[in-house]
Amino acid sequence: MPSLGADMTEGTLTEWLVHPGDVVHRGDVIAVVDTVKSAIDIEVFEEGRVEELLVEPGTSVPVGTPLARLASVNGSVQPEPTDPESTEPESPEPETPTTVETTRPSSPPSPVLRHLAHDRGVDLSTVQGTGPDGTITRSDVEHTARPVRADRLQASPYARRRAGELEVDLATVHGTGPDGAVTVSDVEAAAGPAPPPEPVRAPAPAHATAPAPQQERAATAAERAAAMRNAIGDLMARSKREIPHYYLETTIDLGAATEWLERFNADRPSAERVLPVALMLKAAAIAARDVRGMNGFFVDGAFQRSTSVHLGVAVSLRGGGLVAPAIHDTDRLSVPDLMVALKDLVARARAGRLRGSEMSDPTLTVTNLGEQGAEAVHGVIYPPQVALLGLGRVVERPWAVDRMLTVRPLVTATLAADHRVTDGHLGSLFLAAVNDALQRPEDL
Amino acid sequence: MNRDESTTTIRGILGEIAPEADLDSVDPKADLRTEIDLDSLDFLTLVEKLAVTTGVDIPESDYRDVRSFSGLVEYVTARSA
Repeated sequence: MPSLGADMTEGTLTEWLVHPGDVVHRGDVIAVVDTVKSAIDIEVFEEGRVEELLVEPGTSVPVGTPLARLASVNGSVQPEPTDPESTEPESPEPETPTTVETTRPSSPPSPVLRHLAHDRGVDLSTVQGTGPDGTITRSDVEHTARPVRADRLQASPYARRRAGELEVDLATVHGTGPDGAVTVSDVEAAAGPAPPPEPVRAPAPAHATAPAPQQERAATAAERAAAMRNAIGDLMARSKREIPHYYLETTIDLGAATEWLERFNADRPSAERVLPVALMLKAAAIAARDVRGMNGFFVDGAFQRSTSVHLGVAVSLRGGGLVAPAIHDTDRLSVPDLMVALKDLVARARAGRLRGSEMSDPTLTVTNLGEQGAEAVHGVIYPPQVALLGLGRVVERPWAVDRMLTVRPLVTATLAADHRVTDGHLGSLFLAAVNDALQRPEDL
Repeated sequence: MNRDESTTTIRGILGEIAPEADLDSVDPKADLRTEIDLDSLDFLTLVEKLAVTTGVDIPESDYRDVRSFSGLVEYVTARSA
């Protein structure tokens, strides 16, 4: 049972997505775990064959409990992956005969593409790449017909959880999602007007009959929201108790960045447009990579610097609540790819389809208040991280440029940092690095 | 697409993006972003889904015309086939 956050002590294994005998690869989603806050897709990080599943669905176990036993696959022809980017088994063999000129191998599919392929049930080794040098593009994956998997009902973890709560048999639900997948609304429609009464926990209805579907859903959703609120509260209280926070603030002129974005987006379809937040995340990732002391974990009394930058992005959930899952290797993504990853992450966060690695891996979190937000946020660090970057609303304000008064779009960037690891000097360098990166948006 | 069709389509998309919002109580002339709490990502998703379902892909330069629900309906109605 992985730790999916500093506040997690146990989790409930709700569903296995593999069977004994299945071969699994690094990054495959193999189970769904329910935490008090939401359902999370759990990935495996070894290659092997599933030998035995050790925990029954529905069982709650402490973090660290073995969930399954894997055996290494004998006589495997794949080389031991030293760098996941270069030797992933899903990397395609070029289908067309290589001519003398095309000696460069096609780039292996990016993590974003691998996840997309996995979510769609597409085997990347069967996809014909139409990008340069046979590289597989996003559109190649999207246009690959999803193979029929009769043994597994297509339904998101959230739909499955709702089915469990409403006692609906998924096999009887007509799916209206992509490729006939069962969605949450399909499940709720199938639950019908007279669901089984939920003992004790539903609010007492005005009539002495079973609670109406609306009320029952509200009770379960309200409980979820309350449980999430408690979990967030506990984590924030712990952070305030244990981490000596210091705070810095700086105003960033986004004139160059917004002008660059306007030009970039002007002749692009909406699906390819980039938002200011993507530029700010890339700038933060670069600063996290280059300035020591902001990117890593404080564990057992010492700071462990992380060489990878996985920015946690604070996402507010529409029903209330907050999650801050990671975009892996944020510093190595191009701005358009970062935008794709961000859209995908936020959509899955709101749909309750986040992955274990996204919950456990953030090395530094960014909280962006957005267009309706206040001008600045002085946040609380998520342990075991050691810093939090806050971004307020972008506002138009008078500003001095070359000793002349003008109006510029400005954003207030704040840093909350762990005084056991850094002090104001390094914190200032970090904010200055974010600022500098945003003054050259074309280099991001 | 006539006005009714646009309205239905837009309501459908908003229902996907903001499922808990009460679309009947939205002031059609007010800024949608504050009416149903859409952030910039939500708004971009709205524009993307509209492009896919109606063929109308709203450029950034026209965003100021589609701030309100009624503005959006008028814009899509005028430009869709």
